[in-house]
Amino acid sequence: MIAKQLSVFIQNEPGRLLEITEALSAANVNISAMNIAETADYGIVRMIVDDTEKAVKALKAAGVIARSTDVLRIIVPDVPGSINKMLITLAGAGINVSYMYGYSNNGEAPMVIRVSDTEKAAEVLSGVGLH
Amino acid sequence: MIWNVPVETMSRDEMHHLQSERLKDTVSRVYQRVDFYRRKMQELGVEPGDIHTIDDIVKLPFTTKKDLRDNYPFGLCSVPQSEFVRIHASSGTTGKPTAVPHSRKDLDLFAECVARSICCAGGTQEDTVQVSYGYGLFTGGLGLHDGASRLGAGVIPASSGNTRNQLTLMRDFRPTILACTPSYAMYLAESLADEGYGPDDIALRIGIFGAEPWSAEMRSKIEKGLGITAHDIYGLSEIMGPGVSCSCQMQNGLHIAEDHFYPEILNPDTLEQEADGVVGELTFTHLTKEAMPLLRYRTRDLTSLDHSPCQCGRTNVRMGRIIGRSDDMLIIRGVNVFPSQIESVLLEVPEASPNYLIVVDRQGVLDTIEVQVEIDDKYFTDELVEMENIRKKIKQKIDNVLRIGVIVRLVEPKTIERSQGKAKRVIDKRSI
Repeated sequence: MIAKQLSVFIQNEPGRLLEITEALSAANVNISAMNIAETADYGIVRMIVDDTEKAVKALKAAGVIARSTDVLRIIVPDVPGSINKMLITLAGAGINVSYMYGYSNNGEAPMVIRVSDTEKAAEVLSGVGLH
Repeated sequence: MIWNVPVETMSRDEMHHLQSERLKDTVSRVYQRVDFYRRKMQELGVEPGDIHTIDDIVKLPFTTKKDLRDNYPFGLCSVPQSEFVRIHASSGTTGKPTAVPHSRKDLDLFAECVARSICCAGGTQEDTVQVSYGYGLFTGGLGLHDGASRLGAGVIPASSGNTRNQLTLMRDFRPTILACTPSYAMYLAESLADEGYGPDDIALRIGIFGAEPWSAEMRSKIEKGLGITAHDIYGLSEIMGPGVSCSCQMQNGLHIAEDHFYPEILNPDTLEQEADGVVGELTFTHLTKEAMPLLRYRTRDLTSLDHSPCQCGRTNVRMGRIIGRSDDMLIIRGVNVFPSQIESVLLEVPEASPNYLIVVDRQGVLDTIEVQVEIDDKYFTDELVEMENIRKKIKQKIDNVLRIGVIVRLVEPKTIERSQGKAKRVIDKRSI
């Protein structure tokens, strides 16, 4: 299914990530997944939160660049070959994966996936039973 | 409207004659009264009698900022302190400030020249001017204040700083002209938008900006943000302050009050006069100043002159925009770099904001130049590849213009310090 992801631009310096979590904590936003892509100078923090619009507003008020991005949130079974199967489907449909992150627990793994065509990806994955 | 029609539309011959007479008078005055100039002229073997026309100015000695410091505070004055009615001082970035005293007549001419400038920019006595230059030793605030008063316009003496309050004044008192530094105008435009307002919420129609170099691209951003036509005003405290020159409605150069300040463009290496259109160091000679007349004062500002007639009707010579300062010039790996070149590139890249900081350092024997650029939040994406493409695009454009490799760092918006006066754009960490 298509979900909203919170994406944030921050400088790669001590304490910067803390400012983000402080602002989200003060706004009573709950974080359920997080991933950071970093360069030497800056990073992009990606999060799944319970209220993306509220989070973007809180961060903007704190002077931080933040936006809401459409991503796929797919639950794959925690068995060998299931991510492979998902990628075969996406590759077959000519869809590029920019990044993904996730973690397995209790037999299944919710994966956050950023692709070149979110709607088409949701459709083809749904066709092979991945939602 | 032209403020002083006889002088501002004078024929070139008449101007040549007026300048010649005034130069002769000034030279004999400083020769008699100022030890520094008498000594310098004697070293060059020149006497006041050798000056017949303004063209003989090339025989005269130069004056530099160092000469002003060496003769601090009043060593170059040609009247006693009892005749000073105001003393301005230029910011002393290195060591002592430079004192610039004015006689009653000097201040009168200051107001006259600023009134000419405001008219040149399209202002009239119907206008209200918000003066957001600093009031005090800096000539910007009081200079614009006196000039606007001379014109008969209304004045809001806001001075610089307290941005929120500036915006409130702008919305409530409805000034039609804003006078400040271009970087502060940019900041005011940004802050106006941040508070949820736009050009329709204020009544400004003209901006009169000076005291630091700015690019054409920055001008169009300020014009859009504040809903104004922006004009360049030029001046320096050693010569007078703002009002030495100002751009007219043709927006094709700044008319110099050359009946008071005689401009020359010099080749920075040979110190010989350059022809119209050639960029060199702007040099001024006072033709009427009483308290502290200077001969051939080297401003370090780089520009060119144009003596051709202007469609606005004024015949006074025009100078181009200041493209940099000969002492702002950074020499990096042997290449001359002007901060204004980097600014021009950034203003062409929509993803970057025109707020930048240049950090020059040396690693081993190699100079490094880093350009910190604030990213415009409209162009932020969650994909690292896209962000790196923006960074590479900015780097390539700057590299192409400077012809040396720079390091580009993307930083968060509003993290580079905003200035309320002259913007600090360069940090040079090299210890030489």
